[in-house]
Amino acid sequence: MISFNHVTKSFGEKITAIDDVDFTVEEGKIVVLLGPSGCGKTTLLRMVNQLESITKGEIVINGENSKDLDPIELRRKIGYVIQSNGLFPNMTIEENVMLVPDLLGWNKKKKRERFEYLMKLIGLDPKDYGKRYPHELSGGQQQRIGVVRALAADPPVMLMDEPFGALDPIIRDKIQEEFLQIQREVKKTILFVSHDIDEAIKMADKIVLLRDGKIMQFDTPSEMLAHPKNEFVSQFFGKDRAIKSLSLHTVENLREVIGLGPVDESIQDTKTIHIHQDLRNTLSMLLNQEADQVIVKDEQDENIGTITIDLVQKYLHFEIKGKMSASQEG
Amino acid sequence: MEKWARFLEVNSSRILELTIDHAILVSLAIFVALLIGIPLGIYLTTNQYLADTVLQIASITLTIPSIALFGVMIPIFSLINQGIGFVPAFVALVLYSQLPIIRNTYTGIKNVNPEMRDAAIGMGMKTRQRLLRVEIPNALPVIMAGVRTAVVMNIGIAVIAAYIGAGGLGVLITQGISRNDNYLIISGSIAVAILAIIADAILLLIQKRFTKKAIAE
Ligand SMILES: Nc1ncnc2c1ncn2[C@@H]1O[C@H](COP(=O)(O)OP(=O)(O)O)[C@@H](O)[C@H]1O
Ligand SMILES: [Mg+2]
Repeated sequence: MISFNHVTKSFGEKITAIDDVDFTVEEGKIVVLLGPSGCGKTTLLRMVNQLESITKGEIVINGENSKDLDPIELRRKIGYVIQSNGLFPNMTIEENVMLVPDLLGWNKKKKRERFEYLMKLIGLDPKDYGKRYPHELSGGQQQRIGVVRALAADPPVMLMDEPFGALDPIIRDKIQEEFLQIQREVKKTILFVSHDIDEAIKMADKIVLLRDGKIMQFDTPSEMLAHPKNEFVSQFFGKDRAIKSLSLHTVENLREVIGLGPVDESIQDTKTIHIHQDLRNTLSMLLNQEADQVIVKDEQDENIGTITIDLVQKYLHFEIKGKMSASQEG
Repeated sequence: MEKWARFLEVNSSRILELTIDHAILVSLAIFVALLIGIPLGIYLTTNQYLADTVLQIASITLTIPSIALFGVMIPIFSLINQGIGFVPAFVALVLYSQLPIIRNTYTGIKNVNPEMRDAAIGMGMKTRQRLLRVEIPNALPVIMAGVRTAVVMNIGIAVIAAYIGAGGLGVLITQGISRNDNYLIISGSIAVAILAIIADAILLLIQKRFTKKAIAE
């Protein structure tokens, strides 16, 4: 758990980069720091591992005031991932990943086992990749190595500063999925910086939306999309925030609320979609597909119904927009 | 050709001896220069103000003509009865090597990607660990370039040291000039050039050996 208690950060007399920020990252949750460039996301993140000092207020990490902790020890207990170039080009992948365990004095056997476990998490062969150097890997692979390196000593807390920001959209999407999968297993307390709304919606348990160092809103993604607290928040998420919030719902949600269409066995030209697919991706697939029928499959790979643009639109209308307008009236 | 053969028959062992003297003088000077210059260069990365001053002084040293510097050394070292010979030449060579070594160590480390340094600090490395594991290894090609410059430069400057009785290949050249003997001058010059080329090649080999392929470019 990380608690920010009225934290302020000034650079000199004039610049207040962080202004009385107060929120908590619950244990095992991901909080995304979101906001336009220069709003203070990186500064706030770096105050946690004492790369920046705290001007006023305090940061409490798992019950201990960060001021009372030795910075070196503190940093070794916090995984840190940055956007690019975080890997050391003079070290092999294995040396890079095992750096913090090495600093902590782990023995060879323990390091070896941990390395193999971590590489399996990201689906890279430890034998093949261990001896390579960072420049011999693709951008996506390097970034995944950056992530498991931060996980190496199994720290309870992770700080991630736009970790996937330099990747192209398709790879970014895949790595985000993979990371969420890993997070389900390791359940770290994570502070994650992003300036990408879609990424924030996808990754966050809760979002801190910042502007000029102040918190505009601290909420779950769906709350923030449905009930923006002020003009800045609703403008930041844009007119299409209803569509954006489709990515928080799945085909299964739609089926529970309005049901799926019947399967017409006589139609030959069909495509299939998985029931856990989110509705935003589903909608773009429906808009792009040329098949006459899109069939939904469940976990057992059974056909359980069909989905159409009309159904998604209905769901959008009643479930999402309906709730948004209800709250605006109320 | 015949004349050359006869010349070499008579002088080759002397040329070899002088080449070895030359190499020893330069090696010792570089060795001491490294002991001073590399730690100093590393230290300067933590002290901007001192860095500017020291680099400026080192630059000025390099602009002093070698004859003049040797000339200055003579009265100073006369105080301890070492006015001419090995000691003043050695000290002058150490001074000349400082600029390339200090400057390249300093800039090599300063220019290590700041994000890399940031990651190192953020992961909990102490200053010493960061220097030894990240900054120096990644600055090594630049540092070695400075060392190579210093070595090649010193092999040339050490020729002049013959004027203050420090021996080495300069002896052949100065004698050649005073006796108007082209064989001496040419053989001395060629020996200096070959020594410089071999030294540089060896250092390049060492550099390649100790630089991981990732940062060797
Ligand atoms: N070392 C510094 N000195 C002065 N101002 C700084 C420093 N670091 C950051 N700032 C300022 O603090 C503000 C927030 O920066 P930053 O945290 O990097 O924003 P973000 O990560 O959201 O883009 C910016 O206005 C930036 O110019
Ligand atoms: Mg930033």
